[in-house]
Amino acid sequence: MEGQMMGPFLVGLYVFVLAIFVGFEVITKVPPTLHTPLMSGANAISGITVIGAFTAATSGDASMASVLGGLAVGFATINVVGGFLVTDRMLRMFGKKRKAS
Amino acid sequence: MNTIVNIVLLLSAVLFIFGLKQLSKVKTARRGNTIAAVAMLLAMVGTLLELQLKIPGMNYTWIVGGLVIGAVIGAVFAIRVAMTSMPEMVALFNGFGGLASAIVALSIFWKRVVEPETAGTVAAVLGTPPAVTLGLSILVGGITFTGSIVALLKLQGTLKKGAPILLPGRHLLNILLGISAIGVGGWFGFGATELSVSITSIIGLTAISLVLGVLLVIPIGGADMPVVVSLLNSYSGIAASMAGFVINDPLLIIAGALVGAAGLILTQIMCVAMNRSLANVLVGGFGVQESGPQGSSEYSGVTSCGPEEAAMLLESAQSVIFVPGYGLAVAQAQHTVRELASLLEANGAKVTYAIHPVAGRMPGHMNVLLAEADVPYEQLVEMDVINPEFKNTDVSIVVGANDVVNPVAHKDPASPIYGMPILNVHHSRSVFIIKRSLSPGYAGIKNELFEYDNAMMVFGDAKKVLQGMINEFKEL
Repeated sequence: MEGQMMGPFLVGLYVFVLAIFVGFEVITKVPPTLHTPLMSGANAISGITVIGAFTAATSGDASMASVLGGLAVGFATINVVGGFLVTDRMLRMFGKKRKAS
Repeated sequence: MNTIVNIVLLLSAVLFIFGLKQLSKVKTARRGNTIAAVAMLLAMVGTLLELQLKIPGMNYTWIVGGLVIGAVIGAVFAIRVAMTSMPEMVALFNGFGGLASAIVALSIFWKRVVEPETAGTVAAVLGTPPAVTLGLSILVGGITFTGSIVALLKLQGTLKKGAPILLPGRHLLNILLGISAIGVGGWFGFGATELSVSITSIIGLTAISLVLGVLLVIPIGGADMPVVVSLLNSYSGIAASMAGFVINDPLLIIAGALVGAAGLILTQIMCVAMNRSLANVLVGGFGVQESGPQGSSEYSGVTSCGPEEAAMLLESAQSVIFVPGYGLAVAQAQHTVRELASLLEANGAKVTYAIHPVAGRMPGHMNVLLAEADVPYEQLVEMDVINPEFKNTDVSIVVGANDVVNPVAHKDPASPIYGMPILNVHHSRSVFIIKRSLSPGYAGIKNELFEYDNAMMVFGDAKKVLQGMINEFKEL
């Protein structure tokens, strides 16, 4: 391996492992109030698979790959749009309460 | 142009991290959610630009169709859902995320292996790492999907009222299914040289994953569903990451890994709150008693009273602590609780709310509900802070909580909830327990508190009982 460039898989693996550590570091301390919104927000982020679905759905034909790709875009978008909206609804109530007090 | 697109995608990754960080602090949480949403938008736009540059004849029919239909369905769900059904909603969305990752992997298989009709094993066509991660994406995504749907049904109580379903030989069955998933997945990636065989094996792998998702979640009781949903949330992140490996997309890998880590941390926090290990939760069967569910749940010496009696005692109370639980959510009684609290405060009493970390069906569930009813943030007190206060409290009112106030957790090492931290409501001078019946909570065990001398049951729907107390209180 010396002197060689890392293959795309190995680069991906580095990125994966480091991102997991970042995830642990960012989220270690969370007040219980925020557990549900955080879970919901993280859930919305897992809809990121929508960009993978884009890659799968680039042709306009009715092939198996395209139909599956379109389905994946649909399900992932439900996750993204629904997830962020629901999280915002929850957090908006916390905001309202702070103003009142 | 390509560089600009890549910088946009990098910016998106940074914003995801930033957004998650802000989401974990009360003051910045809402902004954090918005930042994460912006990151998602950048990721989507950046990826579309990237594809447009790479693929000259790019067609947007399926993409736009999926986006529009998905956005409408997601928005309608999100806007219509009642605050009390939030946990179910998160489980459903989570299931869809996992499903999407599994379908992405299937689609890529058809696009790059089946439709070009290339000869050789999948590993030979795509390379070894994509062949492995493709299978993993289907496996983890499939488990996430059916597991989340079962969790949703258990949260709703439609599936055997959330009770554990224990199949004979289930551990062996799961192990066999796990092994066959590895076998079929291995055959799919490295064994099958003919397309028809690869297709059969990938369909087999998909089916095994879906069955496994169901079998892994059905033995787990409804009370443990928050832990399960949180863990499945972590899975859906991992599934997305695996899909990222298949198509070699760093942003997909990063965001998926972030969610994978976040879900795992939350899962851990919840297990600690219940004083149980994750393994103990996942093995399932919690709350199913060998002696039969009826045997030890008979009560003697339970006293009960009506709203008028309760109102009389509340009239002279100087300090009142409300202990909300899932029953509050079911009865939608948060506004009524708040109304009664305001009356008590006007009467000179000090009112607080004791929040057990696992009260409700989701961590923070009670906070969300009470916030909806405009309860001031300072009145919500966490367990460790409020527990010493109970002995100086005149009246505690338990609204639809059960296992989290059961003193047996301190006393009986044989109890399934032994060692779980509870709210010490039994230390207060009087305890009212608003509950529909003496039926056990999700742990499926008798609650000793109901027999204590200072405890009084007020039977009925939480909202009606509280409304009754309000009416009586006003007439005093």
